[in-house]
Amino acid sequence: MALIRSSSPHLHKVNSTGDVMRTVLLATLPGLAAMTFFFGWGTLINVIWASLLAVGFEAAIMKLRNRPVSFYLKDYSAVVTAVLLALALPPFAAWWVTLVGVFVAIVVAKHLYGGLGQNPFNPAMVAYALLLISFPVEMTRWTAPFVLVDAESSWSVLSLGDTLAMIFGGLDASMIDTYTGATPLDALRHRGGLTTEEAWRQVPVLADGIGAWHAVSAAYVMGGVFLLYRKVFTWHTPVAMLGSLAVLSTLFFAVEPDYFPDPFFHLTVGGTMLGAFFIATDPVTAATSNKGKIYYGIGIGLLIFVIRTWGGYPDAVAFAVLLMNLTAPFIDQYTQPRTYGHAKANRGMKGDA
Amino acid sequence: MTRLHSFHGGIHPPENKRQSNGAPIAPAPIPAQLVLPLSQHIGAPAEPLVKVGDRVLKGQVIAEPIGRISVSLHAPTSGTIVEIGPRRVPHASGMEGPCIVIDTDGQDEWIEHAGLEDYTQYSKSELINYIRNSGIAGMGGAGFPTDVKLHLGDDHIVNTLIINAAECEPYITADDMLIRERAAQILGGIEVIAHLLQPSHILIGIEDNKPQAIRALEDAVRGNRLNIDVVVVPTKYPSGGEKQLIKLLTGVEVPSGKIPADVGIVCQNVGTANAIYRAVHHGEPLISRVVTITGDAVNQRHNLDVLIGTPYKDLLNASDVRRDELYRLVMGGPMMGFTMNSEEIPVVKTTNCIIAATEEEMPPAPPALSCIRCGMCEQVCPAELLPQQLHWFAKGKEYEKAKHHNLFDCIECGACSFVCPSNIPLVQYYRNAKAEIRQEEAEKQKAEYARMRFEARQARLEQEKIEKELRRKARAEEAAKAQASKKDSAAAKPAAAQDNVKALKTAAAVARTKLKKAEKAFLAAQESGADNLAELEAAFKVAEQKAQDAQTKLEQAEKGGAPAAAGAPDIKALKTAAAVARTKLKKAQTALKAAEEKGQDGVEQLRDTVTELEAKSEAAQKAYDDAQAAPAPVAAPVDIKQLKTAAAVARTKLKQAEKALANAQDSGEGDIAALEAKVKEQQAKVESTQKAFEDAEQGGGAAPATPAIDLAPLKEDMEKALAKVEKAEVAAKNAEEKGLPTAEKMRAGVDKLRGKYEEAKKAFEDAQAQNASAAPAKPAIDLAPLKEDMEKALAKVKKADAAAKNAEEKGLPTAEKMRAGVEKLQGKYEEAKKAFEDAQAQNAASAPAPTVNLDELKADMEAARGKVEKAEAAAKNAEEKGLPTAEKMRAGVAKLQGKYEEAKKAFEDAQQQNAASAPAPAANLAELKADMDAARGKVEKADAAAKNAEAKGLPTAEKMRAGVEKLRGKYEEARSAYEAAGGVVENNTEADTVTLD
Repeated sequence: MALIRSSSPHLHKVNSTGDVMRTVLLATLPGLAAMTFFFGWGTLINVIWASLLAVGFEAAIMKLRNRPVSFYLKDYSAVVTAVLLALALPPFAAWWVTLVGVFVAIVVAKHLYGGLGQNPFNPAMVAYALLLISFPVEMTRWTAPFVLVDAESSWSVLSLGDTLAMIFGGLDASMIDTYTGATPLDALRHRGGLTTEEAWRQVPVLADGIGAWHAVSAAYVMGGVFLLYRKVFTWHTPVAMLGSLAVLSTLFFAVEPDYFPDPFFHLTVGGTMLGAFFIATDPVTAATSNKGKIYYGIGIGLLIFVIRTWGGYPDAVAFAVLLMNLTAPFIDQYTQPRTYGHAKANRGMKGDA
Repeated sequence: MTRLHSFHGGIHPPENKRQSNGAPIAPAPIPAQLVLPLSQHIGAPAEPLVKVGDRVLKGQVIAEPIGRISVSLHAPTSGTIVEIGPRRVPHASGMEGPCIVIDTDGQDEWIEHAGLEDYTQYSKSELINYIRNSGIAGMGGAGFPTDVKLHLGDDHIVNTLIINAAECEPYITADDMLIRERAAQILGGIEVIAHLLQPSHILIGIEDNKPQAIRALEDAVRGNRLNIDVVVVPTKYPSGGEKQLIKLLTGVEVPSGKIPADVGIVCQNVGTANAIYRAVHHGEPLISRVVTITGDAVNQRHNLDVLIGTPYKDLLNASDVRRDELYRLVMGGPMMGFTMNSEEIPVVKTTNCIIAATEEEMPPAPPALSCIRCGMCEQVCPAELLPQQLHWFAKGKEYEKAKHHNLFDCIECGACSFVCPSNIPLVQYYRNAKAEIRQEEAEKQKAEYARMRFEARQARLEQEKIEKELRRKARAEEAAKAQASKKDSAAAKPAAAQDNVKALKTAAAVARTKLKKAEKAFLAAQESGADNLAELEAAFKVAEQKAQDAQTKLEQAEKGGAPAAAGAPDIKALKTAAAVARTKLKKAQTALKAAEEKGQDGVEQLRDTVTELEAKSEAAQKAYDDAQAAPAPVAAPVDIKQLKTAAAVARTKLKQAEKALANAQDSGEGDIAALEAKVKEQQAKVESTQKAFEDAEQGGGAAPATPAIDLAPLKEDMEKALAKVEKAEVAAKNAEEKGLPTAEKMRAGVDKLRGKYEEAKKAFEDAQAQNASAAPAKPAIDLAPLKEDMEKALAKVKKADAAAKNAEEKGLPTAEKMRAGVEKLQGKYEEAKKAFEDAQAQNAASAPAPTVNLDELKADMEAARGKVEKAEAAAKNAEEKGLPTAEKMRAGVAKLQGKYEEAKKAFEDAQQQNAASAPAPAANLAELKADMDAARGKVEKADAAAKNAEAKGLPTAEKMRAGVEKLRGKYEEARSAYEAAGGVVENNTEADTVTLD
């Protein structure tokens, strides 16, 4: 047998990009389960629908780009994008909303920029932002948690068939009224002249339904901790992001508790936890070095608070992440680690720093 | 216990060490043939000492080191040299290299060998050289000659010796087994290293996955007098990397681009320590090493004591290889080792492991996916780089950025490639980028050299062009000149070319004017029908001739552009001019007289001419007198000849004139008075030329046989030779220290140079002795260069002293050297001083110092005074302004004052000497008078200026007045000097005529 010649190292860790992506998918399961439990079948249907679309678009575009289709499908990156987008969408989002979203994410935001690893913006968030701007009604009509739908029944979610009909067949007005409602962020934003304390007592989604969001957030944290444990990403981005959001909201809450919501609320509603562990940690679009990731995370947390408090949209994770994606290359230039044997870290791109 | 530090990153690949560390180290069979590459280490390949066909014994040196970084090569067993030529060597590229091939005879016959009885009795360099000659190079992997590292104690302060026993690469157990079985020997080797480096602390770094080896080491270390710690480090790749281990054990980072010794640390591998022990205590050179043979394709995975040069196939056969399953053959570990594509490749000094892997064990790398910037590589990079960024830059050929991201700090450990989920061959990218950058730089360098060469060539061509042009011009000029001189060869005197252009111009103009006048007179006389027409015609012709001559001379001088050398030629020309003017005057006078007598017309005109000519004559005479009165430069020997000729010519002329006079007297014709005057003039001339000749002869004759100027080049030669000797000696010493093979040659060269120096010195001393023994005194001018030498030497001494002090204050290591240099310079200064003083004494002892000396001294003195005044003014200024330099300046003033005093004293001494010496020569008197006159003129001028200033109330008036007083003082001095010399001030015009000529 002829001896092969190759360059060192001759050993490789048994892992692959596909493994990494599958691990991420695995980590989304608790969140998906919680969403399904509290908001019904809609999210699950969306996830499956979006994944199918993503695989389809990915295959088509790979064919167009003359790349080996199955080889690249095996990296699961398209599925991860689709799942994250579907988790962010309202559970009853219509089929075409998802379709548009996945198309934008896979074709426009990813492959038009050169495919996996080359996209400057997080594809799922590009799609989400585009949908939010283009279809604000569909995107802000959130499902009410089952506890608010019927207090008598133990799990009064819309049946699977009805949900499918709702997503793929168009909306039934009666069902809309019964099963939809504002998100806590929306409710607090549009509370009128109520103080936060009054809103907490009087608005049902805050008074009774908030637990659903807490639970979903907790599920995402579980997934995130799992990924940290598996070293899919480092602690730097989520901790920096959550930390800066917590610090900022605490400061404002301490000054004027009647107007500003408490930090725990900020951390546990909306897309905060999904963003912190699944969106901001997307390595392709984030800053590279550990130090850079801290700056990147802090930026996201800061922007989330600013946009949520003073911006025009109820949630801010997508915009915050996209804005920080813009800054990542710049952050990279100024956060190189100090190399072994060097007195200080290099800065910038040229050897003049 | 040593505190453990940590390094960034690192990975935990499957260890795969169990397979091979179960059995004890066994000797490998002696193969039929050994292949010994000449370059088994970093540095220059060794030079073979054997020929094909030679029988060699085990341990015999078969190749010797060449250059600083190189080691010897020994025969690992007895046998016959069958080939010296290119064979496949263990290299990533699979290339061939020069090898010595030995057919073994199986007798394994040792050459006579014995260890050093007590290595501590040897000097360090002897011991290190012994290790070098034992062929020991680093056995950890890089193969750096060990002796070079052991020399590090010479110019580095080595605090810590680290013994690398980490063996972090998977699969390899050679060091592990070596420690288990030969810990005592390793410790013996460490003792030798410690003896050479004298570290204060010795750390043995070992990974915690070798418990038996750790125990063995701890047992061996117990009770050792050295300060040794066995530090167990957690198993993590690449903790065995030199830089990583240093960080791990000491917390110190080796600065980028430096070596560990720069931070006081030296690393040695355990295998190297063992080899040193074998060499020092048993006299066995490095001819075998422990090699791990492992991998799934061999049935027996074990460690063998293998002779260097054993081909892999013999080892694989000894390990029961399954060739059909052998897929990848790796030398070294799986992380940094390289694949071999031939089993013929031999074991070398750095071969620690051979992995015979199956395809399942080490499958080919899967195709690479896109980088998703997951950052896992960054987390494991032990050099704290950003591997993924480097990957992008390498891929995009953005090498500047890659360099900025410290690409060259990458140690190519492979950790990033190992963890990369996209299976990107990162290390390959980096190696490629590094190679490209190196090539780029080499090309840049090449281009730079090419540019420099091109520019140098351009400059040379340009220079040649210019020179050619100049030569052409010079030739053309030469030709023109030759033509001109040919034309006027009759009239033109050779000296004419030297004449002052200005003077010639004036002379030409004067001549032209005269010509015109003479022409006019001639015409007038012709018209009037004068008797003396013929005479006038002759006068006119003469004038015409003169005018032409003058014009020619002027043109020549102008063309030649040669500035007139003030001196004899000038005076001659002036004299001629004066004589001509006189003649003309006489002729014109005669003509006038004749005309007056005959009552002709044009008398008025002639009279005018005569008056004018009179004035001219006077002017010419005065110019001549002035020129003669001016101090003539020291007559060079060649001048004597000229003077002699002049004297002879003058004598001839005198005779001619006398004859003419006699003739005239006899015949009663012509102007007897004029002839008489001419005779007298010629007599005077003869006397003066004779005197000048005699004077010159005396002066010249007095000069020593070897002119003093001869000494300088001799001395220079001698000094040059000395400098060469010193340089060569330093180089030779340096070479000897480094043990270069050229040292001997250099030493011989030094001896040769020294011989030359001795010769030069002898020549110089001979010349000196001759000079000294030669009659009266070297000319005074000799003193000046000596003094200069002395002063220069003093200045150098002071500078060097200051530098040395500075260095000493700062505690620089060069201070000692500098001090020695200062002493050397001091010695030179002393010499120079002595030479100067000798010369001075000689001069002083010699007869009347020449006047020129006095002038020089005076000039010196005045210059010194001027300096003092200037410095004082500056110092005052500084003091007023409170500048911090004021003090220094004041000191400088004092120094200058001292110098001035010296100069003054010297001047006064010389003056006295001069005064005491016999009657000052006539020339001296004239000089003094000129001085005096000049001084008087100055006084008058200054006085007038001062008065003027005072009248205008200018603020400078006071200063000017003071200046006038000073000048007046000088004038008084000059006057008294002149009077003392015998001059009479009152009727100076007469004095002039009396003393001059």
